[in-house]
Amino acid sequence: MAKRIDIGGLNAYYGSHKAIEDISMTVEPRSVTAFIGPSGCGKSTFLRTLNRMHEVTPGGRVEGKVLLDDEDLYGPGVDPVTVRRTVGMVFQRPNPFPTMSIFDNVAAGLRLNGSYRKNELSDIVEKSLKGANLWNEVKDRLNKPGSGLSGGQQQRLCIARAIAVEPDVLLMDEPCSALDPISTLAIEDLIGELKERFTIVIVTHNMQQAARVSDRTAFFNLSAVGKPGRLIEIDDTERIFSNPSVQATEDYISGRFG
Amino acid sequence: MASTTPLDIPPAPPETRSRPRSTGRAGDKVFLGLSRGSGILLLVIMASIAVFLSYRAYLALSENEGNFLTTFDWNPAGDPPVFGIAVLLFGTVISSIIAMVIAVPIAVGIALFISHYAPRKLAAPLAYVIDLLAAVPSIVYGIWGALVLVPYLEGLNLWLDQFFGWTYFFEKTEIGAARSLFTVGILLAIMILPIVTSVSREVFLQVPKMNEEAALALGATRWEVIRLSVLPFGRSGIISASMLGLGRALGETMAVATVLSPSFLVSLHVLNPGGGTFAQNIAAKFGEANPLGRDALIASGLVLFILTLLVNGAARLIIARRKEYSGANA
Repeated sequence: MAKRIDIGGLNAYYGSHKAIEDISMTVEPRSVTAFIGPSGCGKSTFLRTLNRMHEVTPGGRVEGKVLLDDEDLYGPGVDPVTVRRTVGMVFQRPNPFPTMSIFDNVAAGLRLNGSYRKNELSDIVEKSLKGANLWNEVKDRLNKPGSGLSGGQQQRLCIARAIAVEPDVLLMDEPCSALDPISTLAIEDLIGELKERFTIVIVTHNMQQAARVSDRTAFFNLSAVGKPGRLIEIDDTERIFSNPSVQATEDYISGRFG
Repeated sequence: MASTTPLDIPPAPPETRSRPRSTGRAGDKVFLGLSRGSGILLLVIMASIAVFLSYRAYLALSENEGNFLTTFDWNPAGDPPVFGIAVLLFGTVISSIIAMVIAVPIAVGIALFISHYAPRKLAAPLAYVIDLLAAVPSIVYGIWGALVLVPYLEGLNLWLDQFFGWTYFFEKTEIGAARSLFTVGILLAIMILPIVTSVSREVFLQVPKMNEEAALALGATRWEVIRLSVLPFGRSGIISASMLGLGRALGETMAVATVLSPSFLVSLHVLNPGGGTFAQNIAAKFGEANPLGRDALIASGLVLFILTLLVNGAARLIIARRKEYSGANA
Protein backbone atom coordinates (compact mmCIF):
# COMPACT_ATOMS: atom_id res chain seq x y z
CA MET A 1 0.00 0.00 0.00
CA ALA A 2 1.53 3.27 -1.10
CA LYS A 3 1.42 5.99 1.52
CA ARG A 4 1.89 9.75 1.58
CA ILE A 5 4.86 11.18 3.50
CA ASP A 6 4.56 14.55 5.22
CA ILE A 7 7.79 15.98 6.53
CA GLY A 8 7.72 18.95 8.87
CA GLY A 9 10.62 21.02 10.27
CA LEU A 10 13.18 18.25 10.00
CA ASN A 11 16.76 18.72 11.24
CA ALA A 12 19.40 16.01 11.19
CA TYR A 13 22.74 15.99 12.97
CA TYR A 14 26.00 14.08 12.97
CA GLY A 15 27.12 14.65 16.54
CA SER A 16 27.15 18.42 16.92
CA HIS A 17 27.26 19.05 13.16
CA LYS A 18 23.91 19.95 11.67
CA ALA A 19 23.68 18.25 8.27
CA ILE A 20 20.22 19.36 7.14
CA GLU A 21 18.02 22.14 8.44
CA ASP A 22 14.31 22.79 8.61
CA ILE A 23 13.07 20.63 5.76
CA SER A 24 9.34 20.45 5.13
CA MET A 25 7.73 18.78 2.14
CA THR A 26 5.11 16.32 1.04
CA VAL A 27 5.83 13.19 -0.96
CA GLU A 28 2.82 12.01 -2.94
CA PRO A 29 1.82 8.36 -3.00
CA ARG A 30 2.16 6.30 -6.21
CA SER A 31 4.63 8.71 -7.71
CA VAL A 32 8.39 9.14 -8.01
CA THR A 33 10.00 12.04 -6.18
CA ALA A 34 13.61 12.80 -7.09
CA PHE A 35 16.11 14.56 -4.82
CA ILE A 36 18.83 16.46 -6.67
CA GLY A 37 21.58 18.77 -5.51
CA PRO A 38 25.34 19.06 -5.21
CA SER A 39 27.41 16.57 -3.19
CA GLY A 40 27.27 17.14 0.53
CA CYS A 41 23.97 19.01 0.46
CA GLY A 42 22.36 16.39 2.69
CA LYS A 43 19.99 14.69 0.28
CA SER A 44 21.15 11.19 1.19
CA THR A 45 21.08 12.09 4.87
CA PHE A 46 17.53 13.35 4.41
CA LEU A 47 16.57 10.14 2.59
CA ARG A 48 17.97 8.11 5.46
CA THR A 49 15.83 9.99 7.97
CA LEU A 50 12.74 8.71 6.16
CA ASN A 51 13.30 5.12 7.33
CA ARG A 52 15.22 5.96 10.49
CA MET A 53 18.51 4.68 9.07
CA HIS A 54 20.22 7.97 9.87
CA GLU A 55 20.31 7.22 13.57
CA VAL A 56 22.28 4.01 12.91
CA THR A 57 25.33 6.17 12.18
CA PRO A 58 27.16 6.90 15.45
CA GLY A 59 26.14 10.38 16.57
CA GLY A 60 23.19 10.50 14.17
CA ARG A 61 20.20 12.41 15.56
CA VAL A 62 16.96 13.73 14.08
CA GLU A 63 14.50 16.44 15.11
CA GLY A 64 11.15 17.11 13.51
CA LYS A 65 8.26 15.12 12.13
CA VAL A 66 7.94 12.50 9.42
CA LEU A 67 4.31 11.50 9.02
CA LEU A 68 3.49 8.38 7.07
CA ASP A 69 -0.25 8.75 6.45
CA ASP A 70 -0.62 10.65 9.74
CA GLU A 71 1.58 8.30 11.75
CA ASP A 72 4.75 9.98 13.05
CA LEU A 73 7.78 7.78 12.41
CA TYR A 74 9.61 9.65 15.17
CA GLY A 75 6.73 9.51 17.62
CA PRO A 76 7.24 8.13 21.11
CA GLY A 77 7.17 4.36 21.26
CA VAL A 78 7.75 3.85 17.54
CA ASP A 79 10.23 1.06 16.97
CA PRO A 80 12.74 1.92 14.20
CA VAL A 81 12.81 -1.77 13.25
CA THR A 82 9.09 -1.65 12.46
CA VAL A 83 9.57 1.57 10.48
CA ARG A 84 12.22 -0.08 8.30
CA ARG A 85 9.88 -2.97 7.61
CA THR A 86 7.36 -0.56 6.07
CA VAL A 87 9.83 1.79 4.38
CA GLY A 88 12.19 -0.21 2.17
CA MET A 89 15.55 0.97 0.92
CA VAL A 90 17.87 0.34 -2.02
CA PHE A 91 21.47 1.50 -1.73
CA GLN A 92 24.06 3.13 -3.92
CA ARG A 93 26.03 -0.06 -4.40
CA PRO A 94 24.25 -3.39 -4.80
CA ASN A 95 24.48 -5.21 -1.48
CA PRO A 96 22.99 -8.68 -1.70
CA PHE A 97 23.86 -10.97 1.21
CA PRO A 98 27.03 -12.51 -0.24
CA THR A 99 26.73 -15.98 1.23
CA MET A 100 23.04 -16.40 0.44
CA SER A 101 21.48 -17.82 -2.69
CA ILE A 102 19.32 -15.67 -4.97
CA PHE A 103 16.19 -17.23 -3.49
CA ASP A 104 17.31 -16.70 0.10
CA ASN A 105 18.24 -13.10 -0.63
CA VAL A 106 14.71 -12.32 -1.76
CA ALA A 107 13.21 -14.34 1.06
CA ALA A 108 15.42 -12.77 3.75
CA GLY A 109 13.03 -9.95 4.62
CA LEU A 110 10.04 -12.29 4.66
CA ARG A 111 11.78 -14.69 7.00
CA LEU A 112 12.45 -11.80 9.37
CA ASN A 113 8.82 -10.80 9.39
CA GLY A 114 7.26 -14.13 10.11
CA SER A 115 6.97 -17.75 9.12
CA TYR A 116 5.75 -18.71 5.69
CA ARG A 117 5.04 -22.05 4.15
CA LYS A 118 7.51 -23.20 1.58
CA ASN A 119 5.23 -22.82 -1.44
CA GLU A 120 3.92 -19.51 -0.13
CA LEU A 121 7.49 -18.30 0.11
CA SER A 122 8.44 -19.40 -3.38
CA ASP A 123 5.32 -17.70 -4.78
CA ILE A 124 6.32 -14.39 -3.22
CA VAL A 125 9.93 -14.79 -4.33
CA GLU A 126 8.79 -15.44 -7.90
CA LYS A 127 6.41 -12.49 -7.82
CA SER A 128 9.09 -10.17 -6.43
CA LEU A 129 11.72 -11.26 -8.95
CA LYS A 130 9.19 -10.75 -11.73
CA GLY A 131 8.37 -7.36 -10.24
CA ALA A 132 12.06 -6.49 -10.41
CA ASN A 133 12.34 -7.72 -14.03
CA LEU A 134 14.88 -10.30 -12.98
CA TRP A 135 12.88 -13.53 -13.03
CA ASN A 136 13.70 -14.60 -16.57
CA GLU A 137 17.40 -14.17 -16.02
CA VAL A 138 17.65 -16.13 -12.76
CA LYS A 139 14.76 -18.61 -12.69
CA ASP A 140 17.09 -21.51 -13.51
CA ARG A 141 19.65 -20.67 -10.85
CA LEU A 142 17.72 -19.58 -7.80
CA ASN A 143 20.01 -21.66 -5.61
CA LYS A 144 23.19 -20.04 -6.88
CA PRO A 145 24.78 -17.26 -4.78
CA GLY A 146 23.47 -13.78 -5.44
CA SER A 147 27.01 -12.47 -5.55
CA GLY A 148 27.53 -14.29 -8.86
CA LEU A 149 25.21 -11.92 -10.74
CA SER A 150 26.30 -8.83 -12.64
CA GLY A 151 26.12 -5.44 -10.95
CA GLY A 152 22.85 -4.48 -12.62
CA GLN A 153 21.31 -7.86 -11.81
CA GLN A 154 22.47 -7.56 -8.21
CA GLN A 155 20.81 -4.17 -7.92
CA ARG A 156 17.54 -5.59 -9.29
CA LEU A 157 17.95 -8.46 -6.82
CA CYS A 158 18.18 -5.88 -4.04
CA ILE A 159 15.02 -4.21 -5.37
CA ALA A 160 13.28 -7.60 -5.43
CA ARG A 161 14.40 -8.14 -1.83
CA ALA A 162 13.04 -4.73 -0.84
CA ILE A 163 9.63 -5.12 -2.53
CA ALA A 164 9.15 -8.72 -1.36
CA VAL A 165 8.01 -7.46 2.04
CA GLU A 166 5.45 -5.13 0.38
CA PRO A 167 6.67 -1.86 1.89
CA ASP A 168 4.62 1.34 1.82
CA VAL A 169 7.52 3.40 0.55
CA LEU A 170 10.66 2.55 -1.42
CA LEU A 171 13.72 4.75 -0.90
CA MET A 172 16.50 4.61 -3.48
CA ASP A 173 19.87 6.19 -2.77
CA GLU A 174 21.59 6.73 -6.14
CA PRO A 175 20.60 3.22 -7.21
CA CYS A 176 22.27 3.47 -10.63
CA SER A 177 25.49 5.30 -9.85
CA ALA A 178 27.51 2.06 -9.78
CA LEU A 179 25.90 0.64 -12.93
CA ASP A 180 26.56 0.78 -16.65
CA PRO A 181 24.09 2.62 -18.94
CA ILE A 182 22.19 -0.51 -20.03
CA SER A 183 21.65 -1.68 -16.45
CA THR A 184 20.69 1.88 -15.57
CA LEU A 185 18.01 1.86 -18.24
CA ALA A 186 16.67 -1.44 -16.89
CA ILE A 187 16.41 0.04 -13.40
CA GLU A 188 14.75 3.22 -14.69
CA ASP A 189 12.15 1.20 -16.58
CA LEU A 190 11.57 -0.76 -13.41
CA ILE A 191 11.06 2.41 -11.37
CA GLY A 192 8.38 3.45 -13.85
CA GLU A 193 6.55 0.16 -13.22
CA LEU A 194 7.02 0.16 -9.45
CA LYS A 195 5.46 3.56 -8.95
CA GLU A 196 2.08 2.01 -9.73
CA ARG A 197 2.33 0.20 -6.40
CA PHE A 198 4.74 2.14 -4.19
CA THR A 199 5.66 5.63 -3.14
CA ILE A 200 9.17 6.04 -4.50
CA VAL A 201 11.84 8.51 -3.43
CA ILE A 202 15.09 8.51 -5.39
CA VAL A 203 18.32 10.41 -4.80
CA THR A 204 20.29 10.98 -7.98
CA HIS A 205 23.25 12.95 -9.28
CA ASN A 206 22.10 12.42 -12.81
CA MET A 207 19.73 15.20 -13.81
CA GLN A 208 18.62 13.44 -16.98
CA GLN A 209 17.67 10.54 -14.80
CA ALA A 210 15.65 12.78 -12.50
CA ALA A 211 13.94 14.26 -15.55
CA ARG A 212 13.23 10.81 -17.01
CA VAL A 213 11.90 8.93 -14.02
CA SER A 214 10.40 11.39 -11.58
CA ASP A 215 7.07 13.14 -11.29
CA ARG A 216 8.26 15.67 -8.77
CA THR A 217 11.76 16.96 -8.09
CA ALA A 218 13.21 18.52 -4.99
CA PHE A 219 16.37 20.62 -5.21
CA PHE A 220 18.68 20.81 -2.19
CA ASN A 221 21.61 23.10 -1.63
CA LEU A 222 23.80 24.48 1.11
CA SER A 223 24.43 28.14 1.51
CA ALA A 224 28.13 27.67 2.28
CA VAL A 225 30.61 24.91 3.06
CA GLY A 226 30.04 23.69 6.61
CA LYS A 227 26.49 25.04 6.70
CA PRO A 228 23.57 22.63 6.85
CA GLY A 229 21.80 21.63 3.63
CA ARG A 230 18.35 23.05 2.90
CA LEU A 231 15.47 22.34 0.61
CA ILE A 232 15.48 25.09 -2.03
CA GLU A 233 12.32 24.12 -3.84
CA ILE A 234 10.12 21.19 -4.77
CA ASP A 235 7.80 21.19 -7.74
CA ASP A 236 6.61 19.13 -10.69
CA THR A 237 9.65 17.76 -12.49
CA GLU A 238 8.58 19.37 -15.72
CA ARG A 239 8.41 22.77 -14.10
CA ILE A 240 11.72 22.40 -12.24
CA PHE A 241 13.52 21.58 -15.45
CA SER A 242 11.81 24.18 -17.64
CA ASN A 243 10.87 27.08 -15.46
CA PRO A 244 12.06 26.82 -11.84
CA SER A 245 10.97 29.53 -9.47
CA VAL A 246 14.35 29.92 -7.75
CA GLN A 247 17.41 31.18 -9.59
CA ALA A 248 19.78 28.73 -7.78
CA THR A 249 17.81 25.79 -9.14
CA GLU A 250 18.11 27.05 -12.67
CA ASP A 251 21.84 27.66 -12.20
CA TYR A 252 22.36 24.14 -10.94
CA ILE A 253 20.30 22.48 -13.63
CA SER A 254 21.87 24.44 -16.45
CA GLY A 255 25.35 23.71 -15.13
CA ARG A 256 26.11 27.26 -14.04
CA PHE A 257 26.50 26.13 -10.48
CA GLY A 258 29.44 27.05 -8.26
CA MET B 1 27.74 12.00 1.41
CA ALA B 2 30.10 9.93 -0.67
CA SER B 3 29.71 10.76 -4.32
CA THR B 4 32.62 8.71 -5.56
CA THR B 5 31.43 5.66 -7.37
CA PRO B 6 33.47 2.71 -8.53
CA LEU B 7 33.28 4.23 -12.00
CA ASP B 8 35.29 7.21 -10.87
CA ILE B 9 38.20 5.21 -9.54
CA PRO B 10 40.94 4.74 -12.12
CA PRO B 11 42.17 1.14 -12.30
CA ALA B 12 45.23 0.61 -10.17
CA PRO B 13 48.40 0.32 -12.20
CA PRO B 14 49.57 -3.28 -12.41
CA GLU B 15 52.02 -4.04 -9.70
CA THR B 16 55.50 -4.21 -11.07
CA ARG B 17 57.72 -6.62 -9.24
CA SER B 18 60.92 -6.15 -11.17
CA ARG B 19 63.78 -5.95 -8.73
CA PRO B 20 65.87 -2.85 -9.28
CA ARG B 21 69.48 -3.70 -10.00
CA SER B 22 71.95 -2.91 -7.33
CA THR B 23 73.72 0.25 -8.29
CA GLY B 24 76.65 -0.73 -6.19
CA ARG B 25 75.78 1.55 -3.32
CA ALA B 26 77.17 0.20 -0.06
CA GLY B 27 73.88 0.56 1.87
CA ASP B 28 72.04 -1.53 -0.71
CA LYS B 29 74.63 -4.28 -0.57
CA VAL B 30 74.68 -4.42 3.22
CA PHE B 31 70.89 -4.51 3.39
CA LEU B 32 70.62 -7.13 0.68
CA GLY B 33 73.18 -9.26 2.48
CA LEU B 34 71.40 -8.88 5.81
CA SER B 35 67.93 -9.69 4.53
CA ARG B 36 69.11 -12.58 2.38
CA GLY B 37 71.18 -13.86 5.30
CA SER B 38 68.16 -13.75 7.65
CA GLY B 39 66.07 -15.64 5.13
CA ILE B 40 68.69 -18.34 4.73
CA LEU B 41 69.31 -18.51 8.49
CA LEU B 42 65.61 -19.15 9.09
CA LEU B 43 65.59 -22.01 6.61
CA VAL B 44 68.74 -23.47 8.17
CA ILE B 45 67.25 -23.29 11.66
CA MET B 46 64.01 -24.94 10.54
CA ALA B 47 65.89 -27.66 8.70
CA SER B 48 68.19 -28.38 11.63
CA ILE B 49 65.23 -28.62 14.03
CA ALA B 50 63.52 -31.05 11.70
CA VAL B 51 66.70 -33.09 11.22
CA PHE B 52 67.46 -33.06 14.96
CA LEU B 53 63.95 -34.15 15.91
CA SER B 54 63.81 -36.84 13.25
CA TYR B 55 67.28 -38.24 14.01
CA ARG B 56 66.80 -38.41 17.79
CA ALA B 57 63.30 -39.79 17.28
CA TYR B 58 64.76 -42.45 14.97
CA LEU B 59 67.34 -43.39 17.62
CA ALA B 60 64.62 -43.79 20.21
CA LEU B 61 62.17 -45.66 18.01
CA SER B 62 64.76 -48.21 16.92
CA GLU B 63 65.30 -49.17 20.58
CA ASN B 64 61.59 -49.26 21.42
CA GLU B 65 60.22 -52.73 22.08
CA GLY B 66 56.59 -51.57 22.17
CA ASN B 67 54.46 -50.01 19.47
CA PHE B 68 55.15 -46.27 19.59
CA LEU B 69 51.62 -45.33 18.54
CA THR B 70 49.52 -47.74 20.58
CA THR B 71 51.46 -48.47 23.76
CA PHE B 72 49.88 -47.20 26.99
CA ASP B 73 53.14 -46.97 28.84
CA TRP B 74 56.19 -44.76 29.11
CA ASN B 75 59.15 -46.75 30.35
CA PRO B 76 62.21 -46.04 28.23
CA ALA B 77 64.50 -46.85 31.17
CA GLY B 78 63.07 -50.34 31.54
CA ASP B 79 64.49 -53.58 30.20
CA PRO B 80 63.35 -53.91 27.47
CA PRO B 81 62.46 -50.19 26.92
CA VAL B 82 58.74 -49.79 26.15
CA PHE B 83 57.03 -46.49 25.48
CA GLY B 84 54.15 -45.16 23.38
CA ILE B 85 52.23 -41.97 22.81
CA ALA B 86 48.66 -43.31 22.92
CA VAL B 87 47.91 -41.73 26.30
CA LEU B 88 49.63 -38.47 25.43
CA LEU B 89 47.88 -38.10 22.09
CA PHE B 90 44.54 -38.89 23.70
CA GLY B 91 45.08 -36.46 26.58
CA THR B 92 46.33 -33.69 24.34
CA VAL B 93 43.43 -33.96 21.92
CA ILE B 94 40.71 -34.40 24.56
CA SER B 95 41.88 -31.49 26.73
CA SER B 96 42.15 -29.27 23.65
CA ILE B 97 38.67 -30.24 22.47
CA ILE B 98 37.23 -29.42 25.90
CA ALA B 99 39.05 -26.08 25.79
CA MET B 100 37.67 -25.30 22.33
CA VAL B 101 34.09 -26.26 23.22
CA ILE B 102 34.19 -23.91 26.21
CA ALA B 103 36.28 -21.06 24.80
CA VAL B 104 35.01 -20.57 21.25
CA PRO B 105 31.36 -19.72 22.02
CA ILE B 106 32.40 -17.43 24.88
CA ALA B 107 35.07 -15.75 22.74
CA VAL B 108 32.64 -15.20 19.86
CA GLY B 109 30.11 -13.77 22.32
CA ILE B 110 32.67 -11.38 23.80
CA ALA B 111 33.87 -10.38 20.33
CA LEU B 112 30.31 -9.65 19.20
CA PHE B 113 29.65 -7.67 22.35
CA ILE B 114 32.76 -5.56 21.84
CA SER B 115 32.21 -5.03 18.13
CA HIS B 116 28.44 -4.61 17.96
CA TYR B 117 26.80 -4.12 21.33
CA ALA B 118 29.06 -2.32 23.76
CA PRO B 119 29.08 1.47 23.76
CA ARG B 120 32.37 2.83 22.44
CA LYS B 121 33.52 3.99 25.84
CA LEU B 122 33.25 0.45 27.16
CA ALA B 123 34.43 -1.44 24.06
CA ALA B 124 38.01 -0.17 23.98
CA PRO B 125 38.88 -0.88 27.64
CA LEU B 126 37.14 -4.25 27.46
CA ALA B 127 39.15 -5.24 24.40
CA TYR B 128 42.27 -4.16 26.24
CA VAL B 129 41.46 -6.26 29.31
CA ILE B 130 40.87 -9.32 27.14
CA ASP B 131 44.21 -8.78 25.43
CA LEU B 132 45.77 -8.44 28.87
CA LEU B 133 44.70 -12.02 29.64
CA ALA B 134 47.18 -13.09 26.97
CA ALA B 135 50.00 -11.36 28.83
CA VAL B 136 49.68 -13.52 31.95
CA PRO B 137 52.56 -16.04 31.97
CA SER B 138 51.38 -19.62 31.66
CA ILE B 139 53.09 -20.69 34.90
CA VAL B 140 50.90 -18.15 36.69
CA TYR B 141 47.85 -19.74 35.11
CA GLY B 142 49.21 -23.09 36.26
CA ILE B 143 49.65 -22.01 39.87
CA TRP B 144 46.24 -20.35 39.90
CA GLY B 145 44.76 -23.49 38.37
CA ALA B 146 46.32 -25.77 40.95
CA LEU B 147 45.61 -23.59 44.00
CA VAL B 148 42.24 -22.05 43.11
CA LEU B 149 40.60 -23.79 40.19
CA VAL B 150 41.17 -27.39 41.31
CA PRO B 151 39.56 -27.02 44.76
CA TYR B 152 36.73 -24.89 43.39
CA LEU B 153 35.91 -27.37 40.66
CA GLU B 154 35.23 -30.21 43.08
CA GLY B 155 31.69 -29.01 43.62
CA LEU B 156 31.09 -28.69 39.89
CA ASN B 157 32.51 -32.16 39.36
CA LEU B 158 30.10 -33.65 41.89
CA TRP B 159 27.20 -31.85 40.26
CA LEU B 160 28.20 -32.97 36.76
CA ASP B 161 28.67 -36.52 37.99
CA GLN B 162 25.28 -36.54 39.69
CA PHE B 163 23.20 -35.04 36.86
CA PHE B 164 25.21 -35.81 33.74
CA GLY B 165 26.96 -38.99 34.80
CA TRP B 166 24.70 -40.87 32.35
CA THR B 167 26.57 -39.25 29.45
CA TYR B 168 29.56 -41.45 30.42
CA PHE B 169 31.95 -38.52 29.90
CA PHE B 170 30.95 -36.86 33.16
CA GLU B 171 30.82 -40.01 35.23
CA LYS B 172 33.48 -39.77 37.90
CA THR B 173 34.61 -43.28 38.72
CA GLU B 174 37.71 -42.44 40.73
CA ILE B 175 37.89 -40.31 43.80
CA GLY B 176 40.56 -37.66 44.04
CA ALA B 177 41.17 -33.98 43.51
CA ALA B 178 40.00 -32.43 40.26
CA ARG B 179 43.41 -32.73 38.64
CA SER B 180 41.73 -34.07 35.55
CA LEU B 181 41.71 -33.49 31.81
CA PHE B 182 38.45 -31.62 32.32
CA THR B 183 40.11 -29.12 34.65
CA VAL B 184 43.01 -28.80 32.23
CA GLY B 185 40.48 -28.13 29.47
CA ILE B 186 38.87 -25.31 31.48
CA LEU B 187 42.25 -23.78 32.22
CA LEU B 188 43.27 -24.01 28.56
CA ALA B 189 39.95 -22.42 27.60
CA ILE B 190 40.78 -19.38 29.71
CA MET B 191 44.24 -19.24 28.21
CA ILE B 192 43.11 -19.33 24.56
CA LEU B 193 40.20 -16.96 25.13
CA PRO B 194 42.19 -13.78 24.32
CA ILE B 195 43.54 -14.93 20.95
CA VAL B 196 40.19 -16.32 19.76
CA THR B 197 38.41 -13.18 20.96
CA SER B 198 40.75 -10.66 19.41
CA VAL B 199 40.96 -12.38 16.03
CA SER B 200 37.16 -12.79 15.89
CA ARG B 201 36.67 -9.17 16.94
CA GLU B 202 38.92 -7.97 14.14
CA VAL B 203 36.93 -9.98 11.61
CA PHE B 204 33.59 -8.73 12.94
CA LEU B 205 34.78 -5.14 12.69
CA GLN B 206 35.66 -5.71 9.04
CA VAL B 207 32.12 -6.61 8.00
CA PRO B 208 31.33 -4.05 5.27
CA LYS B 209 28.89 -1.43 6.46
CA MET B 210 26.71 -1.95 3.42
CA ASN B 211 26.21 -5.62 4.30
CA GLU B 212 24.93 -4.62 7.71
CA GLU B 213 22.79 -1.84 6.25
CA ALA B 214 21.24 -4.35 3.86
CA ALA B 215 19.90 -6.24 6.84
CA LEU B 216 18.97 -3.11 8.80
CA ALA B 217 16.97 -1.69 5.89
CA LEU B 218 14.91 -4.87 5.79
CA GLY B 219 13.87 -4.24 9.37
CA ALA B 220 16.35 -6.53 11.07
CA THR B 221 16.92 -6.23 14.80
CA ARG B 222 20.46 -6.08 16.08
CA TRP B 223 20.63 -9.83 16.58
CA GLU B 224 19.15 -10.39 13.11
CA VAL B 225 21.80 -8.12 11.60
CA ILE B 226 24.42 -10.28 13.27
CA ARG B 227 22.77 -13.46 12.03
CA LEU B 228 22.25 -12.23 8.45
CA SER B 229 25.40 -10.21 7.86
CA VAL B 230 28.03 -10.48 10.55
CA LEU B 231 28.22 -14.20 11.26
CA PRO B 232 28.17 -15.36 7.61
CA PHE B 233 30.92 -12.88 6.82
CA GLY B 234 32.91 -13.79 9.91
CA ARG B 235 32.44 -17.56 9.85
CA SER B 236 35.77 -18.43 8.30
CA GLY B 237 37.43 -15.87 10.55
CA ILE B 238 35.97 -17.60 13.59
CA ILE B 239 37.26 -20.92 12.32
CA SER B 240 40.77 -19.65 11.78
CA ALA B 241 40.72 -17.88 15.16
CA SER B 242 39.72 -21.17 16.76
CA MET B 243 42.54 -22.96 14.97
CA LEU B 244 45.05 -20.45 16.31
CA GLY B 245 43.65 -21.06 19.79
CA LEU B 246 43.79 -24.80 19.23
CA GLY B 247 47.45 -24.51 18.25
CA ARG B 248 48.17 -22.86 21.56
CA ALA B 249 46.12 -25.34 23.57
CA LEU B 250 47.89 -28.31 22.01
CA GLY B 251 51.34 -27.04 22.94
CA GLU B 252 50.65 -25.60 26.39
CA THR B 253 53.14 -27.00 28.86
CA MET B 254 53.58 -25.43 32.28
CA ALA B 255 49.94 -24.78 33.10
CA VAL B 256 49.03 -28.37 32.26
CA ALA B 257 52.02 -29.82 34.08
CA THR B 258 51.12 -27.86 37.22
CA VAL B 259 47.46 -28.88 37.30
CA LEU B 260 47.34 -32.44 36.01
CA SER B 261 48.21 -35.42 38.16
CA PRO B 262 49.78 -37.51 35.42
CA SER B 263 49.03 -41.15 34.91
CA PHE B 264 49.31 -43.46 31.95
CA LEU B 265 45.62 -44.16 31.57
CA VAL B 266 43.22 -43.53 28.78
CA SER B 267 39.73 -42.83 30.00
CA LEU B 268 36.82 -40.96 28.50
CA HIS B 269 35.66 -40.24 32.05
CA VAL B 270 37.14 -36.77 31.75
CA LEU B 271 36.50 -35.92 35.42
CA ASN B 272 38.79 -38.67 36.67
CA PRO B 273 42.19 -37.43 37.75
CA GLY B 274 45.05 -38.54 35.53
CA GLY B 275 46.03 -38.60 31.92
CA GLY B 276 48.78 -36.71 30.22
CA THR B 277 49.67 -34.48 27.29
CA PHE B 278 52.74 -34.35 25.07
CA ALA B 279 54.09 -31.09 26.41
CA GLN B 280 53.29 -31.92 30.04
CA ASN B 281 54.96 -35.32 29.75
CA ILE B 282 58.13 -33.83 28.28
CA ALA B 283 58.31 -31.15 30.96
CA ALA B 284 57.76 -33.68 33.73
CA LYS B 285 60.20 -36.36 32.56
CA PHE B 286 62.99 -34.60 30.70
CA GLY B 287 65.09 -33.68 33.71
CA GLU B 288 65.47 -37.21 35.05
CA ALA B 289 65.49 -39.12 31.80
CA ASN B 290 68.43 -41.25 30.62
CA PRO B 291 69.75 -40.66 27.08
CA LEU B 292 67.24 -43.07 25.54
CA GLY B 293 64.47 -41.52 27.61
CA ARG B 294 65.36 -38.10 26.27
CA ASP B 295 65.29 -39.36 22.72
CA ALA B 296 61.92 -40.96 23.38
CA LEU B 297 60.57 -37.65 24.68
CA ILE B 298 61.93 -35.92 21.60
CA ALA B 299 60.12 -38.48 19.46
CA SER B 300 56.87 -37.55 21.22
CA GLY B 301 57.75 -33.90 20.64
CA LEU B 302 58.02 -34.66 16.94
CA VAL B 303 54.46 -35.98 16.95
CA LEU B 304 53.24 -32.82 18.68
CA PHE B 305 55.19 -30.77 16.15
CA ILE B 306 53.43 -32.54 13.27
CA LEU B 307 50.03 -32.24 14.97
CA THR B 308 50.48 -28.48 15.47
CA LEU B 309 51.75 -28.13 11.91
CA LEU B 310 48.61 -29.84 10.60
CA VAL B 311 46.34 -27.61 12.67
CA ASN B 312 48.10 -24.45 11.56
CA GLY B 313 48.09 -25.64 7.97
CA ALA B 314 44.35 -26.20 8.15
CA ALA B 315 43.89 -22.72 9.60
CA ARG B 316 45.93 -21.20 6.78
CA LEU B 317 43.91 -23.07 4.19
CA ILE B 318 40.68 -21.72 5.64
CA ILE B 319 42.03 -18.18 5.77
CA ALA B 320 43.10 -18.44 2.13
CA ARG B 321 39.72 -19.79 1.06
CA ARG B 322 38.09 -16.85 2.84
CA LYS B 323 39.04 -14.55 0.00
CA GLU B 324 36.76 -16.44 -2.38
CA TYR B 325 33.55 -15.87 -0.51
CA SER B 326 34.30 -12.66 1.25
CA GLY B 327 31.44 -11.12 -0.65
CA ALA B 328 30.30 -9.80 -3.99
CA ASN B 329 31.37 -6.25 -3.45
CA ALA B 330 34.03 -6.47 -0.83
